[in-house]
Amino acid sequence: MRFWISCVVLWIGAVFLALSGANNYLFFAGFVVLQSIVLASAWNILGGYAGYVNFGVPAFIGAGAYAALMMHLAFAAPILLQIAVAGLITGLIGFLVGLLTVRLRGIFFSIATVALVFIFETLVMNTAYLGGATGMQLTRPESGGLFPSYMRMLVVVMTGLAILAVATARYVQESHIGRGLRAVRDSEEAAECSGVPTLKLKLLACALSGALLGAAGAPLPMYLSYIEPASTFNLLYAVSALAMPIIGGMSHWIGPVIGAIILASLQQIVTVTISSELNVLVVGLLLVVFVVAAPEGIVGLVKRWKSSSK
Amino acid sequence: MVFSFDLLLEAILFGILLGGFYAAVSLGLSVSFGLLDIPNVAHPAVLLLGAYGAFSLGHYGVDPILAGLLLMPVFFVAGALFYKSYYLIFERRGDAAAVNGLAFFFGIVFIIEVGLVIWYGVDQQSATAPYIGGSLELGEIRLPYRLLAAFSVAIVMALALSLYLSKTFYGRAIKAVGQDEGALRLMGVDPVRVKQLAFGIATGVNALAGAVLLILAPIEPTMDRIYIGRTFCVVVLAGLGSMSGTLAAGLILGIAESIVLMFLGASWAPAVAFGLLMVMLGFRPQGLFGR
Amino acid sequence: MEILLKVDQISKHFGGFTALNGVSLELKKGERLGLIGPNGSGKTTLINCISGALVNETGQILFRGKSIARMPAYQRTRLGIARSFQIPRPFRSMTVIENLLVPLSYVGGLTGKEAQSRAEDILKGMGLAAKMHQGCSQLSQVELRKMELARAMAADPQLLISDEAMAGLAGTEIDEVLAILHTLNQKGITIIMIEHIMQAVMSFSERVVCLDAGQIICEGTPAQVVADPYVQRAYLGD
Repeated sequence: MRFWISCVVLWIGAVFLALSGANNYLFFAGFVVLQSIVLASAWNILGGYAGYVNFGVPAFIGAGAYAALMMHLAFAAPILLQIAVAGLITGLIGFLVGLLTVRLRGIFFSIATVALVFIFETLVMNTAYLGGATGMQLTRPESGGLFPSYMRMLVVVMTGLAILAVATARYVQESHIGRGLRAVRDSEEAAECSGVPTLKLKLLACALSGALLGAAGAPLPMYLSYIEPASTFNLLYAVSALAMPIIGGMSHWIGPVIGAIILASLQQIVTVTISSELNVLVVGLLLVVFVVAAPEGIVGLVKRWKSSSK
Repeated sequence: MVFSFDLLLEAILFGILLGGFYAAVSLGLSVSFGLLDIPNVAHPAVLLLGAYGAFSLGHYGVDPILAGLLLMPVFFVAGALFYKSYYLIFERRGDAAAVNGLAFFFGIVFIIEVGLVIWYGVDQQSATAPYIGGSLELGEIRLPYRLLAAFSVAIVMALALSLYLSKTFYGRAIKAVGQDEGALRLMGVDPVRVKQLAFGIATGVNALAGAVLLILAPIEPTMDRIYIGRTFCVVVLAGLGSMSGTLAAGLILGIAESIVLMFLGASWAPAVAFGLLMVMLGFRPQGLFGR
Repeated sequence: MEILLKVDQISKHFGGFTALNGVSLELKKGERLGLIGPNGSGKTTLINCISGALVNETGQILFRGKSIARMPAYQRTRLGIARSFQIPRPFRSMTVIENLLVPLSYVGGLTGKEAQSRAEDILKGMGLAAKMHQGCSQLSQVELRKMELARAMAADPQLLISDEAMAGLAGTEIDEVLAILHTLNQKGITIIMIEHIMQAVMSFSERVVCLDAGQIICEGTPAQVVADPYVQRAYLGD
């Protein structure tokens, strides 16, 4: 119950902030942090709970972004519809990739996600309607509905999306679905013999994760006012989506949130001063350091500190 | 596209030479992933390191192939040490660490790729050598010298490795360690040292293979991603752990890519590797020649 | 007496190797069947085909009258087939009681307090109640084996396959596990026991089947099977 109350409070807070006279920069930064929370939580549903490492997060983000773009260009669809359609499409993609690879070892799922990035990037670059290799400029609508600007409305929408992502992760974790996924991860054979429909659960995780990743990408064209393949199918998304849950902790839904807030804030501060490549390097190094030294992430460190100080 | 036999023949010959190269760059993975079951997605990234290493040595006037040979012992030692750390960190902790092992290797891929961008920049780099540029002419068909050079080195590497694995004691120990560690221990051989040796060899081979990559085409830091597709395609197509299968599989991929390149254009060629990989995984995951 | 399980001429190959070659078997409800045979004879392959870990290439398997050969393993468990593993496979990230909650929810559909109390009952019956909330790494070998059986029981089975549950255990520990299996059988559960410890198999089983090289070479009462020359040759060589 406390969880839902916090969510409602957060949502109301976001709305008030958006209606207030707060600095615009706050919203640009806030959007990135919120998007990171969605990405990290979505990644972790498949990575942390089921044990499948998605190395092609840019493919899902990109698919979501371009699906939203298509909805905008073809139907002038409102942002919520764009997000919904994007999520449906990427959920289906996640499901199909899973169908192809989850019966095999985990590494083949990961390689399939690398393949996806190639395929989508090539598809987009060859499709003039979506802007091709050079990309496309977009005009953001003037009005943000009830809000002073469209941008602020986007941030409120993103807040809602973040709440949805975290709530989904929390539900999966605490329900018997979460326990079933843990059983599959611990011993797939024993799980099957305990009545767990391992294939179905894995495919569910693939679909949920894919859908949320795409939904996170959907607002991108509107947020940036332009879209192009190179920055959408971007290495930084791939590293960050992996690093945030690992740094935060993969066993609990709060881990990705912690990792996202820390990493996204860090990057906001640091990108101003150093290049984006160095950014990726730092994130990559952090990822490796945590995997080696603190594989349970910050959540794990806190647990251990708590139990040792008793 | 005018279909002519000559063109097809050229595509096939080109594909065979290219395929030999693909087999060579996949040899290390055949050992580390095929035999030892290590989720080494960083293999193509290390390959690229070898290529850039040869490139840098080229600034001192060192011929690429020579550079590759010089780098082999360095890479070998690095690989052996790396495996020891990997073993201590991950394989001893047990099966809960499977995700972590994979995440670790992907982390290394990121670091290498972006490190190369920072150090060398995003532009393509090439090497110069007497056999780069210029081609052998057989009637209507032109085979670039660099491709022939690449193919020759590749064949020699493949043969050497294959012989080592089947004729020497430690070579056969490497083949055995993936299947039955217990038996090795009973013979007084430490499985961890054997795996270190194997991973060292897999990495060392990458140095020379990387130099060959440099000879063949201009290199740039994001190339490792397409090679993830190509190397894993070859290894899976071959059937995990089959050395001779690796050669055959490389040829198949090379010819397939070459034909697609000739008749459908360059933007479709990378899709062949990933596509073939997916098809194999869907219908015959044990590969064509596997155990 | 009702036939619970009917295995009819099943075969299984691995590449060129024939693991099972036309094996047929019938099991009555409530029976205690011992399955013996030298290493590599196909015992584990047979029960893997019955439990669904492997799919047989030819032949039929009927359980409670239904054909199950094409069913995925988890559906067979829900139908009433449970098993323990030769090398225990606990859910390491969970406590002992959480291990049982998995089949309780996925087979029995139990949740919350109901599931908790049922799990506690099963664990008490196995003598594991004290270690309920501990992690699996804190269990001894015999406790791990008992937990395997407890987890199989949590699936509320009609047929329980015990795959070398006593391997590597000492004398009193073997008796503990045997006693558990007897109690379960008295509650009406049909049991297939694979075991190398001959005394255990012989004292526990009503009927014994001996496999060798993928085929059944002898079937009968424990006394009959032990005296059979083919069985003796399979175990002791010529």
